[in-house]
Amino acid sequence: MSVIIILIIASLFVASGFLFAFIWSVYKGQYEDDISPSVRMLFDDTPPSDSTLNSQNP
Amino acid sequence: MIVKAYSDYVCIHCGESCNGKINNGMYSFCCEGCMQVYLLISETDVCDVEQMQKLAGIRPKGRFVQDKWNYLDEPTIARKLVNYQDSKHTHIQFSLPQMHCSSCIWLLEHLGRINGAVVSSKVDFDKKEIVVVYGTDKLKLSELAALLDYIGYPPAVSYKDNEKKETQQSNRNEIIRIGVAGFCFSNIMMLSFPDYLASDGLDEKLLEHVFSYLSLGLAIPVFFYAASPFFIQAWKGLRQKWLNIDSPIAFAILVTFLRSIYEITTDSGTGYLDSMSGIVFFMLVGRWFQLKTQNAVSFERDYKSYFPMSTLVIKDGMRQYKTIDKLDKGDQILVRNQELIPADSILKKGQALIDYSFVTGENEPVPAVQGSLVYAGGKQLGTGIELEVVRTVSTSHLTRLWNNDVFQHNKNKEESFIHPWSYYFSIGLFSVAIIAAIYWQMHDPTKTWKAITSVLIVACPCSLLLSATFTFGNLMRIFGRNDMYLKNANVIEKMGDADVVVFDKTGTLTSSSGSAIQYEGEVLTEEEMLKVKTIALQSNHPLSKILSSWSEWDSLKETDDIHGFKEIPGKGMEANIGGSIIKLGNHGYTWEESLIEYTKGESDEGAVIYVSIDGKAKGRFILQQKYREGVFEAIYQIKRSIAAIHVLSGDNSWEEGYLRHRLGNDTILKFGQSPQEKLEHIQSLQKNGHKVIMIGDGLNDAGALQQSNVGISVTDLSNHFTPACDAILSGKQMSKLDGLFNLSKAGKAIVAASFALSIVYNIVGLSFATKALLSPLVAAILMPVSSISIILLVTLLGNLVARREALK
Repeated sequence: MSVIIILIIASLFVASGFLFAFIWSVYKGQYEDDISPSVRMLFDDTPPSDSTLNSQNP
Repeated sequence: MIVKAYSDYVCIHCGESCNGKINNGMYSFCCEGCMQVYLLISETDVCDVEQMQKLAGIRPKGRFVQDKWNYLDEPTIARKLVNYQDSKHTHIQFSLPQMHCSSCIWLLEHLGRINGAVVSSKVDFDKKEIVVVYGTDKLKLSELAALLDYIGYPPAVSYKDNEKKETQQSNRNEIIRIGVAGFCFSNIMMLSFPDYLASDGLDEKLLEHVFSYLSLGLAIPVFFYAASPFFIQAWKGLRQKWLNIDSPIAFAILVTFLRSIYEITTDSGTGYLDSMSGIVFFMLVGRWFQLKTQNAVSFERDYKSYFPMSTLVIKDGMRQYKTIDKLDKGDQILVRNQELIPADSILKKGQALIDYSFVTGENEPVPAVQGSLVYAGGKQLGTGIELEVVRTVSTSHLTRLWNNDVFQHNKNKEESFIHPWSYYFSIGLFSVAIIAAIYWQMHDPTKTWKAITSVLIVACPCSLLLSATFTFGNLMRIFGRNDMYLKNANVIEKMGDADVVVFDKTGTLTSSSGSAIQYEGEVLTEEEMLKVKTIALQSNHPLSKILSSWSEWDSLKETDDIHGFKEIPGKGMEANIGGSIIKLGNHGYTWEESLIEYTKGESDEGAVIYVSIDGKAKGRFILQQKYREGVFEAIYQIKRSIAAIHVLSGDNSWEEGYLRHRLGNDTILKFGQSPQEKLEHIQSLQKNGHKVIMIGDGLNDAGALQQSNVGISVTDLSNHFTPACDAILSGKQMSKLDGLFNLSKAGKAIVAASFALSIVYNIVGLSFATKALLSPLVAAILMPVSSISIILLVTLLGNLVARREALK
């Protein structure tokens, strides 16, 4: 049965990894603004570069 | 001639209602962002790069004032605003209150295409802020602000821009606490699970030990980090010798933790760490639920955020910007069209027409002659004027209101009804614990401590706190959905207790867009109109002033050819203008020889001015303030079932008849009220034991808003300046006011209902505890079941009430 101890400790490590990911995301400000990112991802957008301009105006 | 209602215009792109001012000749748009996006899509079906380049061609034009933003280039001012600057890039954060739809985000995040100097721009929609990075030597701050202004998002620059950071930090900590508590709670629960199933402990001692100590290790961050707010609050309460709602909770957490440590280290049990961490988790969620308020709304504004940051000072013929707190007596300042007068001053040069409506509640602009005193807070309409400052900003007439005592201390914090309840609850709980202790001391002393601690563990008053936090948190969200933003949850309770509602008139009952004028009768020629305007200009009578400023004849230039002007107070006036006798006034005076009769009564339409030319009746003007839609119906409902109504107006009484007619005789109407008188009116009501809700909009109501038990600011755009208050209400929602009040009244009943439910759980739990039979399993089941059922109950009840009141 002692294998279960190792498994539990391993699972705690995995879980705490997620906890730290959560804490990191909070400090990165991912929970500050929940509206604009959802809109921003819909802008299909490549910054204008000379090459794209030239290819459109041959 | 009928003025079109604002709601008639709908943005073709995003569907928001708008005022029709922004249009491309065919369709109306709510903002420049929508117009640009719509044009791009309609022209090409796709937003391609080439089309984007067209945006680069837009240039400031029209009424737009470029030098409005020049003060931002002043290094002392810029330093306060800029986040970061090096020789290459500058990072600046602006608050852009006009941002409101996805097109806004699109346009604002493509600033770089409009002006190449902008490296990147990123918006935070929730806070309505933008962070722009631009080339330091390529663009001036004023040019950036002017660009934003031009595309329809004038930055809101005020002194108080740096205050927000702290609350943001504490919000983050609150979220992390929830995360930590949730993590530990679920893992401890998992580790305790085998123990629930095995009736007499696990067979394998080693496993039991490992599980217990792992749980203990996981409980340490819960106890020391996640639960710390409860300990801090309880400690604060105890130091003031007051048993607040957090103290029994902190005590229960402490007892549970200590007993669990004791049981685990002496190997006499597995402890109640699962219940403890679960309680902490649910309570933190409840707190967060209540704390989450609108980011974009600020409740603590005073006059400083209403005034501009700086003003243009003329010194030795040079113009330079000076921040307004540095203005001194004797400074010569220049105030342009639509700008605010920052300090009490004497008019030196120019034509002053000053709109004090926000300061005094008076609706009509006041002309001032050279040498006369003009007051801070007034808005200049027309051409630029030169002024000499006579009083500094903080001692000006208007700002003196802020020296009143009510602003010196925070609103007296009346304790919520929950606090006495929790107090009695705690006392009851301790008596049960003592009785159980005495009983066991006599019968089986070994079980005494077990019984005492069990009682404290199972009967923690958290269900009471949970029901209050979740009820009010949920109600706050419902209020928010209906465009009413509350400062905190206590406001709901205080609103429910109020028995008098005091309204301001201008800007609150009426919408801020002035009065509507309608003409009925024989059509006037342009020459006749001009004559009527000229005579209307002669009098100081409020009706005549409104008539003379009618937008329909803005383009007409009045004549000087006027003779024999005479005014008969209470009747009207007449004069010989350009050879014809013009009479303007009430029916009897103006139309004495007339045979025309209008069938409509006067009072239900507003004020009426009759006009006759050369003794011949021509027609009549109907002047009506635009009252907000549905506001009288809402007031009627409030009067019927909720509270008495008072109306205080800074305006003069020309509309008294109409208001009286609409509001009924049991309403108290007071006109010509100064800000101080409004404050005193509220004070005297409170002295007579009334709980008062004040609903106002302008600076003139600021004192009354502060003095009242609940001050509600009405605003047409959530981004407009609102004085310090407890709640901000969108003007469109005035018609729902009765429903909103009823909802706040329901809050208390919902808390009571859920509290009754929690008593049932407590009785069940206590019956186990006093018998010294509380197993971790019972505690572990009772805790989440009671918490979750209470959360469900209060959410459901809150939503039901909202639906009954036809709220969103």
